[in-house]
Amino acid sequence: MSVTTKAAPKARKKTQAATTDRVPELIFGDLWEFDPAPESADPKIKPQYELFIGGKFVEPESGKYFDSINPATEKKISRIALASAADVARAYEAAQKAFDTTWGRMPGRERGKYVYRIARLIQDRAREFAVAETVDGGKPIKESRDFDVPMTAAHFFYHAGWADKLDYAIPGRPTEPLGVVGQVIPWNFPLLMLAWKIAPAISTGNCVVLKPAETTSVTALKFAELLQEADLPPGVVNFVTGAGETGAAVMANDIASKVAFTGSTEVGKLIMRSLAGSDKKMTMELGGKAANIVFDDAPLDQAVEGVVNGIFFNQGHVCCAGSRLLVQESIATEFVEKLKRRISVLRVGDPMDKNTDIGAINSRAQLEKIEELVQSGVEQGAKMFQPSCRLPGAGFFYRPTIFTGVTQSHRIATEEIFGPVLSVLTFRTLEEAVEKANNTAYGLSAGVWTDKGSRILKMSTELKAGVVWANTFNKFDPSSPFGGYKESGFGREGGRQGLLDYVRLT
Amino acid sequence: MMQSRRTSSLDRFIADVGPVDQVGIEERAAKFTTRSIKKGSKLWGLKTAVSMVDLTTLEGKDTPGKIASLCQKARAPSSDPEVPSVAAVCIYPFLVKHARKLLADTSIKVASVATSFPSGQLPLKLRLQEVRQAVSDGADEVDMVINRGLFLSGELDAVQDEIAAVVEACGESTLKVILEVSELETYDNIRAASMLAMRVLRADDFIKTSTGKASGSATLANTQVMLEAIRDFYLATGTPIGMKPAGGIRTAKQALHYLVAVKETLGDAWLNNTRYRFGASALLNDLLRQIEKQKTGAYQAPYYFSEASASY
Amino acid sequence: MSVGNPKAATGKNSTGRRTQHAAQLPSRVPVAKTPKVYVGGEFIRSESGRTYPINTDDGTFFANIPQCTRKDLRNAVEAAAKAGSSWARRTPYNRAQIVYRLAEMLESRSDEMARAIAKPGASSLNDARNEVAAAVDRLIYYAGWADKFEQVLGNTNPVSGPFFNFTVVEPVGIVGVIVDDSSPLLALISQVAPVIVSGNAVVVLASETHPYPAIVLGEMLATSDLPGGVVNIITGQRKELVPTFATHTHIRGLDAVVVAAEKKELALGAADSVKRLRARSSEKEIDWFAESAQSVYEIRNFIEFKTTWHPIGA
Repeated sequence: MSVTTKAAPKARKKTQAATTDRVPELIFGDLWEFDPAPESADPKIKPQYELFIGGKFVEPESGKYFDSINPATEKKISRIALASAADVARAYEAAQKAFDTTWGRMPGRERGKYVYRIARLIQDRAREFAVAETVDGGKPIKESRDFDVPMTAAHFFYHAGWADKLDYAIPGRPTEPLGVVGQVIPWNFPLLMLAWKIAPAISTGNCVVLKPAETTSVTALKFAELLQEADLPPGVVNFVTGAGETGAAVMANDIASKVAFTGSTEVGKLIMRSLAGSDKKMTMELGGKAANIVFDDAPLDQAVEGVVNGIFFNQGHVCCAGSRLLVQESIATEFVEKLKRRISVLRVGDPMDKNTDIGAINSRAQLEKIEELVQSGVEQGAKMFQPSCRLPGAGFFYRPTIFTGVTQSHRIATEEIFGPVLSVLTFRTLEEAVEKANNTAYGLSAGVWTDKGSRILKMSTELKAGVVWANTFNKFDPSSPFGGYKESGFGREGGRQGLLDYVRLT
Repeated sequence: MMQSRRTSSLDRFIADVGPVDQVGIEERAAKFTTRSIKKGSKLWGLKTAVSMVDLTTLEGKDTPGKIASLCQKARAPSSDPEVPSVAAVCIYPFLVKHARKLLADTSIKVASVATSFPSGQLPLKLRLQEVRQAVSDGADEVDMVINRGLFLSGELDAVQDEIAAVVEACGESTLKVILEVSELETYDNIRAASMLAMRVLRADDFIKTSTGKASGSATLANTQVMLEAIRDFYLATGTPIGMKPAGGIRTAKQALHYLVAVKETLGDAWLNNTRYRFGASALLNDLLRQIEKQKTGAYQAPYYFSEASASY
Repeated sequence: MSVGNPKAATGKNSTGRRTQHAAQLPSRVPVAKTPKVYVGGEFIRSESGRTYPINTDDGTFFANIPQCTRKDLRNAVEAAAKAGSSWARRTPYNRAQIVYRLAEMLESRSDEMARAIAKPGASSLNDARNEVAAAVDRLIYYAGWADKFEQVLGNTNPVSGPFFNFTVVEPVGIVGVIVDDSSPLLALISQVAPVIVSGNAVVVLASETHPYPAIVLGEMLATSDLPGGVVNIITGQRKELVPTFATHTHIRGLDAVVVAAEKKELALGAADSVKRLRARSSEKEIDWFAESAQSVYEIRNFIEFKTTWHPIGA
């Protein structure tokens, strides 16, 4: 087109090219440094938390406690009761009793009112919970405030309404609750995962024994306080805190008619093995290694934003993180340059600062795992880019990292890193993109960026993943079912589809 | 040959410069509003914003007297000597001579809208004559409007030729090209129009969102589309183009959000008034009010500030 | 087995002796059918060359059934993989017609099938006729679901934001089916039909004790419009084959009616590749004739839900 090549008018004194002798680059310097903008709300964290069983806070029978630290400062924030198998058994008994005497007999419309109440109470204390979540887990306050906590409330609100409408969710067959459900959740979205588990379980009439992750128990126990305020019948929801052994006890208990687990594929398989031969129902929401696929006709700046959001949201501690970028060869260089500029303005640091984009890595162990995998990327010959942002002196922090020159055989292209590390691969044709995207044991999510509508639907059809984000990424909603294909697990959470996993057809 | 559709040249041009996704760009823009600018950084931002204001009056009832008070406000927005003067006054061509005299001893620019502002619906010859008149009357800067009708009907060469002609007519004066984004209807079109204009502009000429006379005006999202176009154009050609959002920016808080977008999209080299302007009238008072609040710690009543929008 | 018409074999020669002698001989030696399994659209013996005998209800020898090995199972999985992707891409309307056609085939050969059930002793001929009829009806039931279940199980989702969000269904891929010994035909149809209507391909291990109806069904499948490889039927011993069903990672789902020990073994194997396992106990009798033995939720057991988000903008 002539407009694309037209020369600037000649007769003028100003010149078009101000700097012709060097490659133009932008300066993301410190001309306008932002002052710290710390969130100041009180998270109201107690120095010590007990187990929550039968509607009461009770001491662990062993008398043992473990420390919960703030990963941004490495300072202790609270002491958490360590539940033994006996404590877990107590919790199950309380849950069974609640199921038999109150919750299992209550009409759906009444159950729903309790669940609505929970949603409202979370909204009332949203900021306090957001701050507690950030202090306990290290995620940026911006995310806990704008995503985790509102989404938690939304999940309870959404599911509350289903309690008396299950005949419409599961047409043609009457259903009944399963009974008591054992649930184990991860540390990446402590409150939200709790909501994903508890909201559908109790709305459908089940009682719950839930174990939060050992590094992030605080908000679950604050949530227990809120359940007391909601006057939820004792035993409907019970929290047992601890590490792997406690989790194993939760999964193994005979009272549990179903177990639900969110976590790594490795642990998921262990649980599946341990339950082999039992009649427990299971749902598993496991790991991922999502491909985010960018075609050359995509809206590139929005794609950059989606890729950044896909991998650096919550420090990359997201099972559906878009950790593999597949970019079409013709735009690969340009796209990676855009990406590098974009991550140069990400702010890494104090999670409590309202301007922080990337907070603290959840634990030292996780930081070490990330470092180890990044090291393998370097050793296997991929090219690493990290912006030169400052990191705080204390706490567990990691710079956003991009690897280019990654091939399918690199560990960073196949293993779930669960950190802010992006592997960039290229493709030439749609078929190659699909082949590379599906070349994984996982199948949780995928992203597609293109301006062509029919190609979006083609890609969505071909990609073996439970969630496909087209021209967007990392979007969640209580009404939208979430869950994986293949080794990313089975069962769905959220939406109408998530409900059937918590009832039995009669 | 197949008969091309009426707007196919625009479609092809959009494909060439790349599309914009509406939901994505609006999400990006919303993120700027979550930045929390406090203390020293807030004060710096507010003062920098003052220095970027094109203090504007574009009313049918404007008089030399109104221009005099506008120029006074432009020279010394505040009694506080730390508060800079604004970047420019932006007025109709008829009043350029008056402003030129009043601002002769300052670095404040006289900007004049021209080219049959705000519709642009005069023959090109007359529009160019208007530009030359404004420049010869002493306008340092000319704010032109593009022909949106031509653009939307796909007459891109014609639109670009007109801009090029105005560039010539400007001589050494800086040109700001108003895209009137709300009439362009889509973000795709805003990006395309930005690229179309920039290809015939000179270093430190501007592209500008709006006349302030149409139903819509600057938003963070449409400004972001233009910032990203400026960035892509600069990285491809080395020619830095300035940005001027205009209309609808009334509060200091909004201005800070716009500046955050500049900082994170174009970087430090655009955080000055040779590359960034606010086309606004009411904004200046709120900036001054917030500067005073930052310094004293007390919230300020609007009537301490001249030409306050609210007088009670 | 059928021996043909004895009258037709009666000699009409002039010498009585000869006639008498001939009457003691079979006028026509019946041709026994060699049972073969149906894999990838072909009739094959086990690669091992092994068979196991089954008897009629009166205890006499009936036939040698292929004793398939883990290699045969592997080959069947490969056949399923080859056929599965194009089966999944067929339109639901087309899958519906093909399953309906299968019902037509079974109905038209229901006598043959009833005898195939009854003769080797799975049930009385009368019960067998009922079983065939129920199997035909079951096929028609699921044929009807093929182009409807997505409308019942999938939906659009009203998310809070400018996004169009919808949940569709997709087959999980290759599903292993280990058939119940009771009502061997009806069980097989009840287990297989809901799995294939959604686009999965199956590898079926027929009842070990009553494999013959499955052998005959294979012959009917071959003459139906079902593409070869979509349903692969093997016969053999569970003891030998269950471990491979459990651990073969390309088998993405298992529907098994088995004893407790097998159930555990399948679960352990399923864990290794996070397989979807539905195991029912064969120790508790399943009423395959019951209304509750058929449901859209049987289809749901072996589908994946895929949710797609797209911005709504201009």
